[in-house]
Amino acid sequence: MTEPSSRRSPLHDVHVREGAAFTDFGGWEMPLKFGSELAEHTAVRTAAGLFDLSHMGEIVVLGPQAAEALDAALLGELSLVEEGRARYTLLLNEQGGVLDDLVVYRTGQDRFLVVANAANREVVAAALRERAAAFDCAVQDESDDVGLIALQGPLSLDVLLETGGFSADGDGRTEERFAELVRGLGNYRFLAGEFRGHPVLVARTGYTGEYGFEIFTASGVLAELWSALLSTGRGSGVLPVGLAARDTLRLEAGMPLYGNELLPVTTPQQAGLGRLVRREKRADYVGRAAVEATEAGSGRVLVGLAAEGRRAGRKGYPVRAGDREVGVVTSGALSPTLGHPIAMAYVDQDARAAELSIDVRGTGLPVTVVPLPFYKRKA
Amino acid sequence: MKGEQELRYTAEHEWVDADGDAGIATVGITDYAANRLGDIVFVDLPAVGTEVTAGEVVGELESTKSVGELYAPVTGVVEEVNDEVAASPEVVNGDPFGRGWLLRVRVTELPRLLDHDEYKRMTEGA
Repeated sequence: MTEPSSRRSPLHDVHVREGAAFTDFGGWEMPLKFGSELAEHTAVRTAAGLFDLSHMGEIVVLGPQAAEALDAALLGELSLVEEGRARYTLLLNEQGGVLDDLVVYRTGQDRFLVVANAANREVVAAALRERAAAFDCAVQDESDDVGLIALQGPLSLDVLLETGGFSADGDGRTEERFAELVRGLGNYRFLAGEFRGHPVLVARTGYTGEYGFEIFTASGVLAELWSALLSTGRGSGVLPVGLAARDTLRLEAGMPLYGNELLPVTTPQQAGLGRLVRREKRADYVGRAAVEATEAGSGRVLVGLAAEGRRAGRKGYPVRAGDREVGVVTSGALSPTLGHPIAMAYVDQDARAAELSIDVRGTGLPVTVVPLPFYKRKA
Repeated sequence: MKGEQELRYTAEHEWVDADGDAGIATVGITDYAANRLGDIVFVDLPAVGTEVTAGEVVGELESTKSVGELYAPVTGVVEEVNDEVAASPEVVNGDPFGRGWLLRVRVTELPRLLDHDEYKRMTEGA
């Protein structure tokens, strides 16, 4: 019997033909891997990988007071973000806990695209509607109509330009102009344009720690875009990449995952995202009092842990200082790039300097606290 | 080495190449299990000389995503372990019924195991 609530990507049949193994993720049936998840991981680090992110939520906030509404709704100060730029921020509850992490793209003076995790789409849309109610703007959940593909890895730009068919909005809608603009596109910036006549947003964002792009387009265009990029890249080692490799890539890059590192009971400071709390922000926002209180930085904090050997600590495993339990692993794996086990864990602040170990099914694995990220691409 | 048709299987996805009591049984995991687990990056096997009991956990196989337990399909004493898979765990994914074998056990008791058709029905019904 199939899960009645499980949703499918517009690329589902394409993935089936590619031989993908599927998994449930946030209520979606998405590719876990296409072949070898280690090969997919390595492809992103050394060539490029193509990700189907159809499960992500896309919520549009538009209207004369859209910026003010988002300032009141989110941790970040979106009114300061210029058109054509994106910002990573958080949706908080009154207690300063994280309801979701978001990338918000300012697509116009009075228009923003909010990208939410699949499992939180409804929570984010409902919170934005409620928090924006007093402002002159509308909140529209366009997740079903908007498709998203990520192209990540050192060859991403080459693949994008070689695929062709892209043009940028504005003066001279030519492929040459697109190439010039996309080459100069900085991190967390994007440009609007067309792919074979269909509107697209090409953004320098991602969740892998590599140079790369995320490309938004209408759901109906996704299959054509996916096939074009993949057939261009295949000869250069570009692979379609499933959620298994996506998880090890983001873990190496030290990027938190909602449900693992980010929870409604963790504050930004605990999650290592204290830099997102800016006391100079003008507007009041939900959670402000809580995250600006000194207690927001108390309790357990997120740390990076590294070990020797090949046996990994995994989500839920206890972290110990001697016999004392001082923390818990939130994500862990044998790092495919580094070749040793890595983990993120919430650990008591006063235990960070102690000799720590992860309880791997009854056996202590000695670990060292290391700075995040574990992996940083060469500039 | 026998073909997959002649091997015996467990519900925990081990395969067993054994002729009967008091013989040597070669043990591995099936292609179905290897594929489900993903790329295997770490294999933990019992030491030579360990007494193992059918149905009990005797080792682990880890992929980047998950951990699989290895159950002893037979009762006996570990006679040999495959050092190649300890050094190169990916061999289990590449050739689970051949070079990716895990243990050789001197059998003292061989329980009733699934034949190929029974195992196929089980995995296809899953």
